[in-house]
Amino acid sequence: MTALLDIEGLTKAYPGVVANDDVSFSIQPGEVHALLGENGAGKSTLVKMIYGLVTPDRGTMRLRGAPYAPPEPRAARAAGVAMVFQHFSLFEALSVAENIALGMENPPKPRDLAARIREVSETYGLPLDPFRLVGDLSAGERQRVEIIRCLLQDPKLLIMDEPTSVLTPQEVEILFHTLRKLAAEGTAILYISHKLEEIRALCDAATILRTGKKVSTCTPREVTAAHMAELMVGKSLSVPARDAHEPGAVLLAVAGLSLSSGSPFGTSLRDVTFEVRAGEVLGIGGVAGNGQDELLAVLSGETPVAGGAVTLKGVAVGTLGPNARRERGLLCAPEERLGHAAAPDMSLTENALLTGRKRKALESRGFVDWRRTRDFAEDIIARFDVRTPGPGVAARALSGGNLQKFVIGREILQDPTVLVVNQPTWGVDASAAAAIRQALLDLAQKGAAVIVISQDLDELLEISDRFCALNEGRLSPPRPARGLSMEDIGLMLGGAHDMHEVAL
Amino acid sequence: MIVLEKRPQPSRFWVVGAPVLAVVLTMIAGGLMFASLGKDPVEAIRIIFWDPLFSERFAGFSRPQLLVKAGPLILIAIGLSLGFRAGIWNIGAEGQYIVGAICGAAFGLAFWPSAHPLIFPGMIVAGLLGGFLWAMIPALLRVYARTNEILVSLLLVYVAEAMLASAATGWLRNPEGSGFPGSRNLARHPGTDNPELIAGTGMHWGVLAAFVSVIAAYVIFSRHILGYQIRLAGEAPRAARFGGVNAARLVILCMGVSGALAGAAGLFEVSGPAARISIDFNVGYGFTAIIVAFLGRLNPIGILLAGILLALTFIGGELAQLMLGIPAAAIQAFQGMLLFFLLALDVLANFRVTWRRKATA
Repeated sequence: MTALLDIEGLTKAYPGVVANDDVSFSIQPGEVHALLGENGAGKSTLVKMIYGLVTPDRGTMRLRGAPYAPPEPRAARAAGVAMVFQHFSLFEALSVAENIALGMENPPKPRDLAARIREVSETYGLPLDPFRLVGDLSAGERQRVEIIRCLLQDPKLLIMDEPTSVLTPQEVEILFHTLRKLAAEGTAILYISHKLEEIRALCDAATILRTGKKVSTCTPREVTAAHMAELMVGKSLSVPARDAHEPGAVLLAVAGLSLSSGSPFGTSLRDVTFEVRAGEVLGIGGVAGNGQDELLAVLSGETPVAGGAVTLKGVAVGTLGPNARRERGLLCAPEERLGHAAAPDMSLTENALLTGRKRKALESRGFVDWRRTRDFAEDIIARFDVRTPGPGVAARALSGGNLQKFVIGREILQDPTVLVVNQPTWGVDASAAAAIRQALLDLAQKGAAVIVISQDLDELLEISDRFCALNEGRLSPPRPARGLSMEDIGLMLGGAHDMHEVAL
Repeated sequence: MIVLEKRPQPSRFWVVGAPVLAVVLTMIAGGLMFASLGKDPVEAIRIIFWDPLFSERFAGFSRPQLLVKAGPLILIAIGLSLGFRAGIWNIGAEGQYIVGAICGAAFGLAFWPSAHPLIFPGMIVAGLLGGFLWAMIPALLRVYARTNEILVSLLLVYVAEAMLASAATGWLRNPEGSGFPGSRNLARHPGTDNPELIAGTGMHWGVLAAFVSVIAAYVIFSRHILGYQIRLAGEAPRAARFGGVNAARLVILCMGVSGALAGAAGLFEVSGPAARISIDFNVGYGFTAIIVAFLGRLNPIGILLAGILLALTFIGGELAQLMLGIPAAAIQAFQGMLLFFLLALDVLANFRVTWRRKATA
């Protein structure tokens, strides 16, 4: 059997970095092929070459035996290669059918198109009404629009870039169902992800990239997730460890918090109530954009609320500003590293001052002690393994993972009573993520209360004592994390509204 | 193809090197322009940059002018730089300068003809307060009504000019001036005068205040938490809020300080070099100071140098008009070239220029 796509020695270099170095592999018809690697391993560059967005420096591709070198995505689509991007390119004010028509070379009449959309969506179990406005759709439904847009071209190879990062567990199940059906009909799927359990459940073969080179291949079903992670990272990873313990006194309580959003794109918080105890990690799951940023702003003091809505060790702190809360021991690390948790053009020393001013006594009578500040920054860099030439480097010069380690380290080294982190390992490579999780657990072990807001459910189940879900500004009642199944979590996340529409 | 690549960090070499290169390029381009007008370029450049300070014929008159002109520019620009660094745009320093001068002069004239030693300090306070209050109008409107401080402060310049005209022709007019517009001469009256402190240097209290403000601003930006908060608010507003910076307080503080310093500059001018309130009292220091602030990269030392450089080109430009008959428009074009090169070369500090073959992406 000839391979569908044969890749031979593909190489692409950018100034200062070789993104892909002599990568070769092949994909068979009807195969679900995983492309695995840490951030920066070269996965994106590789698929961009296959999709015609980037021209390789060296190497050849063959599609069904014929030479294949797409100069642009249009040529790739014409050859039967389609791609669903991680970030959607849809117009919110247009309907599903209109959005799909916009991406077509010769769109059929609206009525015919709607009929074809219905047909495809029924065939592949992707419920979607062609006449609904995209603005009203959930992230999962928007992804279906992108997938159907691709399927209408009848592709031979479908590339999917981190498709599950925005989906609830139920939506993931629907997607996998569709992908298996497509594969059974002979369509090959190139599936990019770093969620190893998903890959074990779905993929027939896996190619693993590390620093631009192909380091290994494996059959995901036959190996463990830990083994794949080791291949990705190149060393063995330790699972965060912690001892069992009894939760202590309530340190932070939020009661009946409602907050209408000031901006049209924000989410209003509705009657959010929870408490977190000493030594405990509370995980708050949910797809981003459901009130996570707003909740963090309320806890950090950027958005003041009624005094009693937030209490720290029994004292109302809702009206206090960020620095007054820091003095009392409530520290936060926001999701957006550049521009929110850190000032991009300022040095790491200056960024250490941003939140460390009070608790580290970096100023006296208004004057900054730059030597102490520099020492603090150097301490963070050393203790949290931040890879940087020194504390004088601008924050924007650091990679996402390194800056995240700096931001989390800055808060942890201030010895917080309560620490709130939003998406602590988003965009961070596996070894740095493991280090951050371990640091959060160690902090809880020492008696602090830790709140972790994250989209990564595996992460939350790994480190949380109790779990709750934030959906459309509402927080579900917390439940003990041990023993929760993915299905329970999915229901808590509000993914249930899709269940009646599709029979799995 | 020329490609600009963002440097991971601003280049220290070009932060200093770019202004020097800009002055050199201005001399070359300006020299070419003067040559095309039939003037000797070397002589023209010498008259503009050298003669005002070192020629035996002119230096006696023009050397003191350097500090007299640079003083108010620096004092106002230092105030503006606080706000500009924080993204708060006070464009109306000219108006605050006028109101400061009117308030200060009115205070002095209210006690006329007393020469009590506390009158001049009182005038300084009145000048500071006048500029401060005039700047509070756009500041409070921005904080409480979300208006745009650029527009409000700019439009208030024209209101201030109308007030100046009414003061000069009406309520502050010299009663012994045979009906001519303009107030009494403040500079020739002991008690209200702002004298030259060291003969032949042009140094008066306002110049001293400008130097003190440079040092104060330097300390604030390098050592004080306020300078840090100002930079933070300008570079990353969201991070500033996270860091506990109160945005409204910062607006009022920056607008207030810049208004007060502009008002003080007006008072020092009206009691010294200008000598009286007149209809054409303001000559644009408040607007030129905006250029000085940016030319100095909003850095106190840079502002000091930029203020002196700009004052020099003004004095030297006038001299060149007088001596060589170079048209005023050519002098303005020359000054424009200086600004152009300074701002254009600024890009070198943050970007690296590289040559690259046509990209194939």
